[in-house]
Amino acid sequence: MAHRIEVALKDQVRDARGERIRREIEQFLHLRVESVRTIDIYTVDADLSDTDLVKTAAGPFCDPVIQQYAIDSPAAKNFDFLVEVGFRPGVTDNVGRTAREAIEYISGHSFAPGEGVYTSVQYLLQGSITLADVERISTGLLCNTLIQRYQILESAAFAEQNGVAPYVPKVSGRVEPEIREINLNVSDEELVRISREGVLALTLAEMRIIRDYFVDEQVSGERKRMGLTLSPTDVELEALAQTWSEHCKHKIFSGIIEYIDENGNREEIHSLFKTFIQGATKRVRDILGEKDYCLSVFKDNAGVIKFNDEYSLVFKVETHNSPSALDPYGGALTGIVGVNRDPFGTGIGSKLIFNTDVFCFASPFYAKALPSRLLHPRRIYEGVVEGVEHGGNKSGIPTVNGSLVFDDRFAGKPLVFCGTAGFMPAIINGQPSHFKKIIPGDLIVMTGGRIGKDGIHGATFSSEELSETSPVSAVQIGDPITQKRMTDFLLRARDRGLYNFITDNGAGGLSSSIGEMSGECGGCRLDLARAPLKYPGLDPWEILVSEAQERMSLAVPPEKLDEFLALAVHMGVEASVLGEFTDSGYFHIQYGERTVAYLPVSFLHEGLPPMRMRGVWETRRHPEPEAIVKDDYTGDLKTLLSSLNICSKESVVRRYDHEVQGGSVVKPFTGLDNDGPSDAAVIRPILDSFEGVVVGHGICPRYSDIDTYHMMANAIDEGLRNYVAVGGSLDLVAGLDNFCWCDPIQSEKTPDGEYKMAQLVRANKALYDYCVAFGVPLVSGKDSMKNDFYDGSTKISIPPTVLFSVIGKIEDARTAVTMDAKRPGDVVYLLGKTAFELGGSEYYAAKGFIGNRVPRVNAEKSLKRYRAYHEALKRGVVASCHDLSDGGLAVAMAETAFAGGFGLSVDLGRVLFTGVPCDRRDEVLLFSETASRHLVTVRPENREIFEDLMSGNCFSIIGMVVEDKTLTVTGLNGSIVLNGELADLKEAWQSPLREM
Amino acid sequence: MALAKAIIITGNGTNCETEAAHACRLGGFDEAYIAHISDVLSGEVRLDDFQFLNLTGGFLDGDDLGSAKAQANRFKYARMPSSSEHFIEQLLRFIADGKLILGVCNGFQLMVKMGLLPAPGGNYLQQVATLTFNDCGRFQDRWVYLKNDPASPAVFTKGIDKGIYLPIRHGEGKFCVDSTEVLDHIEALNLAVFKYSDSGYERSVMEFPENPNGSVNAIAGICDESGRLMGLMPHPEAFIHRTNHPRWTREELPEEGDGLILFKNAAEYVKKNLL
Repeated sequence: MAHRIEVALKDQVRDARGERIRREIEQFLHLRVESVRTIDIYTVDADLSDTDLVKTAAGPFCDPVIQQYAIDSPAAKNFDFLVEVGFRPGVTDNVGRTAREAIEYISGHSFAPGEGVYTSVQYLLQGSITLADVERISTGLLCNTLIQRYQILESAAFAEQNGVAPYVPKVSGRVEPEIREINLNVSDEELVRISREGVLALTLAEMRIIRDYFVDEQVSGERKRMGLTLSPTDVELEALAQTWSEHCKHKIFSGIIEYIDENGNREEIHSLFKTFIQGATKRVRDILGEKDYCLSVFKDNAGVIKFNDEYSLVFKVETHNSPSALDPYGGALTGIVGVNRDPFGTGIGSKLIFNTDVFCFASPFYAKALPSRLLHPRRIYEGVVEGVEHGGNKSGIPTVNGSLVFDDRFAGKPLVFCGTAGFMPAIINGQPSHFKKIIPGDLIVMTGGRIGKDGIHGATFSSEELSETSPVSAVQIGDPITQKRMTDFLLRARDRGLYNFITDNGAGGLSSSIGEMSGECGGCRLDLARAPLKYPGLDPWEILVSEAQERMSLAVPPEKLDEFLALAVHMGVEASVLGEFTDSGYFHIQYGERTVAYLPVSFLHEGLPPMRMRGVWETRRHPEPEAIVKDDYTGDLKTLLSSLNICSKESVVRRYDHEVQGGSVVKPFTGLDNDGPSDAAVIRPILDSFEGVVVGHGICPRYSDIDTYHMMANAIDEGLRNYVAVGGSLDLVAGLDNFCWCDPIQSEKTPDGEYKMAQLVRANKALYDYCVAFGVPLVSGKDSMKNDFYDGSTKISIPPTVLFSVIGKIEDARTAVTMDAKRPGDVVYLLGKTAFELGGSEYYAAKGFIGNRVPRVNAEKSLKRYRAYHEALKRGVVASCHDLSDGGLAVAMAETAFAGGFGLSVDLGRVLFTGVPCDRRDEVLLFSETASRHLVTVRPENREIFEDLMSGNCFSIIGMVVEDKTLTVTGLNGSIVLNGELADLKEAWQSPLREM
Repeated sequence: MALAKAIIITGNGTNCETEAAHACRLGGFDEAYIAHISDVLSGEVRLDDFQFLNLTGGFLDGDDLGSAKAQANRFKYARMPSSSEHFIEQLLRFIADGKLILGVCNGFQLMVKMGLLPAPGGNYLQQVATLTFNDCGRFQDRWVYLKNDPASPAVFTKGIDKGIYLPIRHGEGKFCVDSTEVLDHIEALNLAVFKYSDSGYERSVMEFPENPNGSVNAIAGICDESGRLMGLMPHPEAFIHRTNHPRWTREELPEEGDGLILFKNAAEYVKKNLL
């Protein structure tokens, strides 16, 4: 019989969780509730004695200082409505699992199959609210009905039935697995239906290729031998759908595009990826020659560069957009713990040293109507921020860099970029660590979590737009602790040389990981019946494609297997042998003795011909605002400082541990009051060395409204100039691109697909041009191509967005520079010339304009100046440096001043300008977002050395750091055009998101 | 010659083992051994072979039953497979032998929830205090000023002038006691080693953000009556070098960070008294 152990806070103890819920009910749902208190419920479905139940409740489940418990009697009292929220059957219940372990320790009871502990939370609401209000609170806030269930009780009903009856959310139903055959000798309409209803995301052309393969005579002979018919099994069709999904195969980036520019010139591009991304890296590496520091690019889960002779640096950034739209908390948490497994599964495995994250949301204060399926941006904001907080903090990986970008088009799909870097000895057990090889005969071993129905069809679902019918099973729930246990174990196994190959189970699950590994060695024989399941009743195809989290796949040589498995048992990690790698040429999947899939590795990986697409570019003109000349721009500056894209994100950043692992050097916030915004992060991965890793990023989707070519160029430059500002070296630096696009395939749903495709081509062209010009190799990247919402009537497409992450080295972290003004009397320099480039700027956006004069990047001049600046930084003559980006010079000056607690006195007449004289206006000099500029302060005694080192570059003295806590700017006509108290400017900058 | 040996237990979600071991080495320990909990509970590694136990920061078992609750339960009830001993017997022997334990953040939570701190009357298995959710309701990573009680018996804080500056990184750091007697005991015996304070270390502070969690009497760290067991929410191992300081680029700071002194004192005590 199941028992309920209810744990409540003592009456006088403050309920922080309840208070937060009460606040959110008010903020999100605009309902007033007097109070919310919470109770933790453990439903113990196990054969335990009464004594053991009491011991458990009083011991691990209850903190006697602040809590009290009740067993099989209700703890709830003093409420109007009670809502109990628990998981649906089959959903990972991490707390339940820990509770079960705790019972095993305290009682010695071993849980029998079918026994378990399930957790739920009771919310006790007090106030004058109606049942309908409580329904809204339940579905709108307390319960994510995708993965949770809820029950509402009024106090009278509660009293009448004496509390809530125990409920055990056990997965029940059919236990016998089923294998179906799918007849593909059907009409085209029928093929399309099979793909759509099965969430296969295969096009008609792709379905035909699959059909044609199975009717081939030679194929049918082979299949007969294996006991298979002419029709594919569901396992085969699912494996093909996962492998061929846009998410896994990157069909758009590898296809053939006919591109027509604004003058009608035609060009045929054979793979954007090969031409522009791989092409740029190859070119840069050729130019670097013997100095090439790339070790492994584009072939593993993450890129690898040389850090020094002893260590290699690994980096990857991923997106997790679609799941985060449906379940912001779970989706984002899985995003971060998922990307952790990429560097962890790169080469022979690396230790994870930092995370980065960038979120793109619609305004949390969004007040317009939204299609019913979309969550409010504020809910997404809260959920994503918290998901990444739990994922990153609990994994013990510092979150060192990131940003939040706002545009209301992200209501259609939020973008959640999560990055992770790893660090590994360059040589492990005598072999280069970035190299790995499977030997046929090696065993297929899966470690970590078990397989359930969670995350089925994640890969194919994210290859489609979000809609009313997006599948509920596509969301996975990650558990950082299960993963941490596994990585602790695998790092030890790595150092003992117990495996030959490692990769992660992410999108597509085993189908994808074992499919790719089979490509390495030429085949596999895998028995799905040997896979450990969370609960019985999964069909073989579900086992193959489940994206249940915290799993790695390995190739273990037979002679090391016993030691590998023994170590796993010792460290409390599950490891299962699922089969062996072969060189048969076949992806051979069995369920017990029965063959359920038999596909040539070549067909799986190369059976899909490249897609053909078309992109047509046209220059689009936007209305240009009137030039404004006025006496005072202080108000404009305050408006900009309070804009969502510029204002302080400290309330979010402080929730992320950015210092764990002990090597923090440049933190997200700096300056007199630890609240000035750093440009980039510096950490020391080796605690007894001063060599540092520097990471920064650039992202500017607003410029895509004018030209994605320049959007890309500016993102690259922004990433680099942030990186350079704090002290990153240009001799050891790499880039990583993450494309997030709206669907660029012309169709009925996307009538402007050809334009969006042209935008994609142009961004890629800029990526090539600027990476080559800056000498920055790309080491890894990812694309996410269907970031649209469409419910048949409303379509919301995100602006084309690229996150350009920059990683590299600082030789001596003690030379790093921060952005805060350091002392009065220091000289203020502006490096780089300013142009009339307000197109796509925050300044124009605040006035409701886009404009056309998008900033253009001159890589040659900037690179030369960045190098000169780096020399000055190494010589220790730079007191502070801040990059100019959103909001231009005015915002950079304000931030430098209030971060340092000193004023600046600046003369716009001394700012170097390029362009026609009539465009040289105060407004332009203050707010233009011209690329490649830095605001630098230098001690007067270092002025000469600094200017000497910078000579031959464009830079000028524009003012001085002053004691007076005011930012004072003299305009071109000699009068003061901006005069702001630092406290006021800082308040404008800090207030918008402070309470979030 | 006998060696000064520190052990840092990791596993199940402990995260700060690398920097804690680094701090132990810099502090003067001849050896700083990172032991996985499975090595300790299997008996492969024995606490008896060390003099300084570090229970450091992290998210043991994901905070699933409340921070450190599951590990407290594990430490109390786990049996050593190779002998009839429970792990807790090894741990109590370690304390009885006059050895040192430092709990930081999650390790402090663990010590308090086991009863190792403040342990009035030397009753190390009776929980009388706890650490719960910050009043601000959120996890916080921020730096705090900690006023030192020079009269405290703690061996770790000898020689600290007025106070030290360290980061906190927690969501459950609000110190509470189960009775006024316990608080009186703590204050009467000067067991509240560190209190959240103003930047001059003049007075303790109850207001956010100087006091980041709302701890009673602004208590950030406590020791037991012997002074050999101590726990604190802030992270001393996170400020070992001046470049860890959030304002190192604008202030003249000594090479050594404020947190190192705790590990130096531990090493000195071990060398003087336990070798």
